[in-house]
Amino acid sequence: MKRLFSLLVAGLLPLLGGCEMVVFQPQGPAARSITELINWSIWWMLLVVVVVFALFAYIVWKYRDRPERKGEEPPEEHGSTVLEIVWTVIPILIVIALTIPTVRTLYDLEKPPKGYEDQEPLVIHVTSADWKWIFSYPEQNIETVNYVNIPANRLVLFKMTSASTMQSFWVPALAGQKYTMNKMETELYVVAERPGSYEGRNTNFNGRGYAHMQFEVLAQTPKEFEKWVQEVKQKAPKLTKEKYEELLLPTHLGRLTFIGTHLQWVNHADAHSKTYTNPELYRGHGYQGKTFTDEDNYKSSSSSNCNEEDEQQALESDSGGEHHGH
Amino acid sequence: MGIKWNEMLVGGDPLLVGSQIAIVLTVVAIVVGLTYFKKWGWLWREWLTTVDHKKIGIMYILSGVLMFFRGGMDGLLMKAQTARPEMSFLDAQHYNEIFTTHGVIMILFMAMPFLIGLMNVVVPLQIGARDVAFPQLNALSFWLFFSGAMLFNISFVVGGSPDAGWTSYFPLAGKEFSPGIGNNYYAIALQIAGLGTLMTGINFIVTILKMRAPGMTLMKMPMFTWTTLITSIIIVAAFPIFTVALALMTFDRLYGTHFFTLSSGGSDMLWANLFWLWGHPEVYIVILPAFGIFSEVIATFSRKTLYGYTSMVISIVGIAFLSMIVWVHHFYTMDAGPAVNSFFSITTMLIAVPTGVKIFNWLFTMRKGRIQFTTAMLWALAFVPNFVIGGVTGVMLAMAAADFQYHNTLFLVAHFHYVLIPGVVFAVFAGLYYWWPKMFGFMLNEKLGKYHFWLFTIGFNVTFMPMFFLGLKGAVRRAYTYSAESGFAPLFLVSAIGSIILAIGFAVFCYNIYWSFRYAKRNVSHDPWDARTLEWMTASPVQFYNFAVVPEVKQLDAFWHMKKRGETLTLKESDIKKIHMPSNSGLPFYMAVVFGITGFFLVFEAHIAAAVAAIGIVVGLIIRSFDYNDGYYVSVDEIKQTERTWRNVEGGTENHVG
Repeated sequence: MKRLFSLLVAGLLPLLGGCEMVVFQPQGPAARSITELINWSIWWMLLVVVVVFALFAYIVWKYRDRPERKGEEPPEEHGSTVLEIVWTVIPILIVIALTIPTVRTLYDLEKPPKGYEDQEPLVIHVTSADWKWIFSYPEQNIETVNYVNIPANRLVLFKMTSASTMQSFWVPALAGQKYTMNKMETELYVVAERPGSYEGRNTNFNGRGYAHMQFEVLAQTPKEFEKWVQEVKQKAPKLTKEKYEELLLPTHLGRLTFIGTHLQWVNHADAHSKTYTNPELYRGHGYQGKTFTDEDNYKSSSSSNCNEEDEQQALESDSGGEHHGH
Repeated sequence: MGIKWNEMLVGGDPLLVGSQIAIVLTVVAIVVGLTYFKKWGWLWREWLTTVDHKKIGIMYILSGVLMFFRGGMDGLLMKAQTARPEMSFLDAQHYNEIFTTHGVIMILFMAMPFLIGLMNVVVPLQIGARDVAFPQLNALSFWLFFSGAMLFNISFVVGGSPDAGWTSYFPLAGKEFSPGIGNNYYAIALQIAGLGTLMTGINFIVTILKMRAPGMTLMKMPMFTWTTLITSIIIVAAFPIFTVALALMTFDRLYGTHFFTLSSGGSDMLWANLFWLWGHPEVYIVILPAFGIFSEVIATFSRKTLYGYTSMVISIVGIAFLSMIVWVHHFYTMDAGPAVNSFFSITTMLIAVPTGVKIFNWLFTMRKGRIQFTTAMLWALAFVPNFVIGGVTGVMLAMAAADFQYHNTLFLVAHFHYVLIPGVVFAVFAGLYYWWPKMFGFMLNEKLGKYHFWLFTIGFNVTFMPMFFLGLKGAVRRAYTYSAESGFAPLFLVSAIGSIILAIGFAVFCYNIYWSFRYAKRNVSHDPWDARTLEWMTASPVQFYNFAVVPEVKQLDAFWHMKKRGETLTLKESDIKKIHMPSNSGLPFYMAVVFGITGFFLVFEAHIAAAVAAIGIVVGLIIRSFDYNDGYYVSVDEIKQTERTWRNVEGGTENHVG
């Protein structure tokens, strides 16, 4: 039995341990506090699993039907108030034990992590688009696509929004995820404790290009970071408005680097910003429906469009059909 | 009409063309078969126009089996595509459509009809009623569901499937990012099916509140009836939200309004909230009847009454209440702030409390019992440990801060499959093996049932257990592929192998239906399991009027105690009175057809054609308003004849569990 078990473990290990679970290897304080919370919950949950499984196995084995029990009539019992109170109260206590650290962690994650409160954060704007990540450094006046360099051991504040669909910014080694939404701004404090490369990606499904919507977070020593900034300023092309609009089209791009940020023309987090949608570019599979143009689209002039009249007619004809019912 | 008919069929992919050919061949085979065997009249009289709750239940269950096959094929295709890194079996677009239809079909067109089917068959029998409160409305519920399901199902070959996930999040699902008509199918097919579900909810609330046998107070109702009542209440509370959300989605997509769009002040967050305001209660709509099924099966095969009946009732009411105030846990990551997230963490974790009470009550029902390992009971037993894994991972996900690392990963996917498959699918299988003789007058083969059970449960664990670890490694849901360097490959391969075992298990189930239909003994007892509730008082299969004389209920597990008192098979013929029964009606079927046609035109944005077809709906309503047929009477002689037939042979039948 024991040998069988060790064989089983030996067989499973390469599957599970072959590469590590990133959630349990945090590289920054935000991710670490979540890992600690997860570990705490796992112990409690293991306790629940062990108790219920043991009780289940014991009861099913002990009270199974056997030939010698044929004809035996089990006793009628309707319940036990004491027992029922016990198994109501214990789960409530477990819920309390889990709630307290959960709430504390939730509030902590909104603030700069302990030990970094005094640092002036490096602010980086994150803009997700189909299907790429755009990072703007307003201070450095740099914009990158699909990678973001940050100084290690430095408080970074990501101000996140989306130029298109609802997406989710996740760098599991450094912090938990948050959504990016158009005309909204979400914020995430991140510190990478050590220089290194960390994978990031979108986790919220957003169409054809979703699977490859990944980016790299490269944490560098402050010196390296400064050097990189200087290099970019010497070598990178300037970001133009036309170039930026091209970036937002639904495409996959490799890594790109620019001088200047798009924030000078548009901040997609701004509730009154233009909408950068291009429905025609999403046509492809299947039967195509009608699309609508909107006044606040970046391509529209503010004059009204001819499509709207058709819409009005369609609306009227349909409601006409329904009115027969009354 | 503005429809480009020549562009309607989705072509190109050999998989799709193959499916199109298969569909055409199947339809031709059905039509030819019905004509050859001269079964059109039988089909119309016995099934298409029936208002009998048992037959409607059987049609729901049959649809559930078909949809399980369809949704399962989607699942297998997904597993095949992700079995190896960077596979090119399916492209991204095809994969997106498949996981979308997999989710929608499994929840709305597999789990729902299975459970509503069992509710239909069993609940009127359990409460000693002769049908549901509104039999024709019940038929309309089924046919609207069926119409919606069929409309949704043709999408992948006609016009293109929805491809924005079963959650259909905006703005992705809007015209701005999905100009194809695929997502119109989502908005309109689910609307039609949802109307049917809402009517079912109303019907069962009234049935259970008004039509119980004399003496059956609320606290003497069988647990499955209780869970059906609470489920129906959740349906009535939650489905209108979905109706509204889908209507707004339809306006956005078809007429260019801005409820959920990016432009002109729409709010994508509004969709997420509306969707989950319905979507989370929906989870409990499918899980509560399943809990009821387990309660019946565990009590019967432990040969004891349900332990802690009162606390079980309080628990389901508690779960129902909590189910309405947890929806935000589906998007903690939307950044509503720590106070909101804390509130919803607590309400979500609290659901574990009544659920835990139920688990312990089931365990203590078995304690001191005599546990019989029938196939139905095996499903109920396997449910406990598997569901506990789903439950504890649910608590882990409920902790908002921790969820920031699980959200949208395969950890979440593993969790909800561990809740929904043991919670719902195991329950459906348990219920089918258990109640099958009531529906068809023969039992499903127990030996094949056990093969089905072991293959399915092992396959299920091998498929979904690796996903927990994949999620913790950073693998996300809905991605059609992953890189070789990610290190996900071995676990994905294990999962794919598991899905094949799972599929073989389901195939054995289908074979079991076929085998039992052909060869199983027909002399099955009216009470083959020595069960406890009123449905087992009736013949197998149940006579069309259910009860010759409505029984009087004195306590919980009424039938069990009647047997103890020796009152079961004696029937005083002088007590028999003529029985009032509802007449068949073709109107529900007609409504399904016109709703289907209207929906189809709306999907293809042919507004005038849709408006014309919608006149057909109004005509149906008018005809119904002038329908004065209020049923017919079954004569005393006919009842006596029917009752004698089955009661006399009863001595010679086989009791399978002694």
